[in-house]
Order: sequence, then structure tokens, then C-alpha cells
Amino acid sequence: MTMKGYKDLPEGGVITEKGNSVLYKTGEWRSMRPNYYPEGCVHCLMCWVFCPDSAIKVENGKMLGIDYDHCKGCGICARECPRKEKALQMVKE
Amino acid sequence: MALETKQVAMTGNEAVANAIKQINPDVIAAYPITPQTDIVQFYSTFVANGLVDTQMVTVESEHSAMSATIGASAAGARAMTATSSQGLALMHELLHIASGFRLPIAMPVVNRAVSAPINIHCDHSDTMAALTTGWIQIYGENAQEAYDNMIQAVKIAEDPRVKLPVMVCYDGFITSHAVENLVLVPDEKVKEFVGEYKPQHRLFDFDNPITFGPLVLPDYFSEIKAQEAEGMLAAREVILEVAKEYEKISGRKYGWFEGYKLDDAERVIVVLSSAAGTAKVVVDELRAQGEKVGLLKPRVLRPFPAEELVKALSGAKVVAVMDRAETFSTQGGQIFTELRAAFYEAPKKPLMRNYIFGLGGRDTTTAHIRTVFEQLKQDQERGSVDRKVTHLDVRV
Repeated sequence: MTMKGYKDLPEGGVITEKGNSVLYKTGEWRSMRPNYYPEGCVHCLMCWVFCPDSAIKVENGKMLGIDYDHCKGCGICARECPRKEKALQMVKE
Repeated sequence: MALETKQVAMTGNEAVANAIKQINPDVIAAYPITPQTDIVQFYSTFVANGLVDTQMVTVESEHSAMSATIGASAAGARAMTATSSQGLALMHELLHIASGFRLPIAMPVVNRAVSAPINIHCDHSDTMAALTTGWIQIYGENAQEAYDNMIQAVKIAEDPRVKLPVMVCYDGFITSHAVENLVLVPDEKVKEFVGEYKPQHRLFDFDNPITFGPLVLPDYFSEIKAQEAEGMLAAREVILEVAKEYEKISGRKYGWFEGYKLDDAERVIVVLSSAAGTAKVVVDELRAQGEKVGLLKPRVLRPFPAEELVKALSGAKVVAVMDRAETFSTQGGQIFTELRAAFYEAPKKPLMRNYIFGLGGRDTTTAHIRTVFEQLKQDQERGSVDRKVTHLDVRV
């Protein structure tokens, strides 16, 4: 991504585009990643409830996986997964 | 078009309050501090009497006053507050935010010493400590200049090329509380001159939602600050343009500084604000005796008009810079060090010495100014200054 120079940026650090935080890929900060093993998942969605960054992708009540663009790898989802054989497991990036 | 000539008698604060009345800002945040208080006090009567449309917000501190002003300005209002001394010090972190957000806030600062020891009288230690906050600083000698600068400040600040806040500085009590004759510009001419405030971005534009004050990390922070520096650079043109335009409605000329009998002067005093008035009297007296003396009264310190000052002083043999605030650098006052630095590339440099004077409201009389000119004369004859930094009129 080419970054804008000072002549092209809005002045005063103002953000003029609404809802543009989705464009900020905070997933780059991650050092550990949650791996998803769908075979062990019962779709209880506890990971979705506890994820502090809305990085659990869910559709029609089903867990679909992780939004790695925004997951910062905090590991809360893996810790909260109630399965003995965890459907979410943390691994090094 | 005939210019207004009818004189009125007002204190400096009353004159500035009247300028703000004519500007009729949308929001004023008010908190009292001597010697600024009666600006907002006068203004509250204008509000109570229905003479202005301003929403006046009384707040619990200067920190809140500047915060409220920033909030209102970011919302899209023409917003103001006024302060002095500790009040300016208390709003210090917000000063950076106002300029960093590029909010065109025009604020009178009635110069007063900063505690300790506690003191309510004039010196410039309050605004000198705010020189690096990204605010434009304009100084006035008397009530007339304070009034004129206040009106010009709004137009300078709001110019789309500048978009920076402006401090309109004048001396506590000496100017703020003394009654002087001055000429006001008629209401409708001021209204037309300042025009309507049309911000580029405002929070109260619900069709185009924006964010003020997001976190900006190392990848963009330098760019935002470079923009601010560009704004200050643009102010170098805009301040002169606005002065020219203001001359048309007032008949009064403004620029970077006022030179008084400066053209052929060999010995020159450089001094801000009200003390310049006292110095003019001494310049007249000494000129009558055939002495080649003159005065330079800076008007704008931010942006610092280095080239213009160097040019104006290029013919001088000895210059005394009088600073009404200590820097404790042991190398002299703020104006002294900046002016000396400005001469670094100059092919011809006058001898220069510094006086720290008038602290905490100590009267600077014509006798003190005569002493300074006398010392300059000795320096000129000797070909060197005998002392770089002198605290004027201090008992030992």
C-alpha cells in the first residue's frame, strides 16, 4: 500500500471516511494465531461471545472461522472453547 | 468610503470585548482570571442584553474553557475563550490540541506573570511559554492595537491556507485596565470583514460523518505536523494580506513590526507591547538632542519574521532587545535569542545585548529606557557590549 504524503492527507488528522477502521489490518500485530479445527466444533459460539475484536466469523448461527485481518491473537477464543479436544488452538505465527 | 474617526474611551479589555461583540462568535467559554476577567464579564452583559447571538458557556477551569472551545470549534462553530497567566498554563496541553486539530480559535491573552511568586501584574512569561504550541502570536501596544488585532486574528486563523489558532496578546493592567482613546470600526464593516465561518470539516455535518482526534501512529504523525508547519508558513502571507484588507476599513496599517524613527537609527531598542510606548517618548527626547536612536516593536512572534527583522535592523550599530520574561537559559530572553539566531547568516551584524525587564509588573519608566540608550551609546563607542544579559532595574 502506498502511503499518502502530507499534501494529500486531510489536515489535523481528521478521518473523513466513515467506518474505515475495517481497512486497518490490525491482524498484523499478531504473534500467536488461533487455528480452527471445524471437526471438533459444536457451534456453541462462546468464541464469538468472548472475542474482544469481532474477529470470529459467524453466519446463520454457524462458526465459519477467524478473520485474520483483525484477529490480534489474544487467545481468549481458544481458552473459552469448552470442548475437551479444543476446536481453537493457539500456534506460533 | 469615509472611515470612522470618532474616538471612544475604553479600557483594553473593553475594547477587545467590543471587538468580539462585533465578531459575534457562536460560542464563548468563560472562566475568570485576572487581568482577563472583564473581557468575558463585559461580554456576559452583551449576551444578557441580547446584543449578540453567542452561546456563553461558563466552565470550571481554563482546562475546561479551552476544551469546550475546541469541542465547539470542531463541531463547526466560531468559538472563543480568553485567558491570562496560570490560565494559559493550565490550558497548555489543549493549546497543542487546538492547533493539532487545525481549529481557527482566536483568543485574547492578557499578559501576566506566571507564579511563583504569585503576582497578578504584567510580564510575558505566560505567552513566551506557549511559543511552541502551534499558535500564531500577535502582540499589541495599546487598546487600539488589541482591538484591531482581535478582529484581524479571526480572519487570519480561519483562512483555509492557515487554519491555526491565534493568541491576541496585550499587557495586563497597563493595557487591559487603563482607559485610552481609540476608534472602533463600525459593526457592519467588521461583520463583513470577518464574514461567515465556513469550516472545511465539522462534526455537526451529519451527512458527512468524520472523526476528530484519532490515534495517529509513527507512520502518519510526521505528515500531520508537516501540514501544521505549512499552515504557519502560509500565515506569513495571510497576516500581511489581512492587514492590507483591514487597513481599507480602518485606515490603520499593520505588519510584522512597527519601526519608530528606525530608518537611520544607529542605536535601537527592540521591545514588545506597552513598553514600546514608553520607549517612543525617549526616542523623541533623544532625537531632539540629535541622537540617532530608534525603536522596533515586533507585532508577530509566531510565525517569527526573521528576515524582515534582520532587514529592518541591518543599518543599526547596537541593538538592545528587551524581553519581559526570563527563559533561564542563562543566554537571554526568547526574543533576544531568536533575533540573534536570525542574524546568523546576515553579512552585517549589529552589536546586541539583552535586558530582562518589567517582570511581575515592575514599572519601566522613561528613566529606565534612557539608561538603556545610554549603555548602547557606550557600547557603540567601545565597539563591544560590556554585558550580554542584564536584569534591568534590579536591586543588588
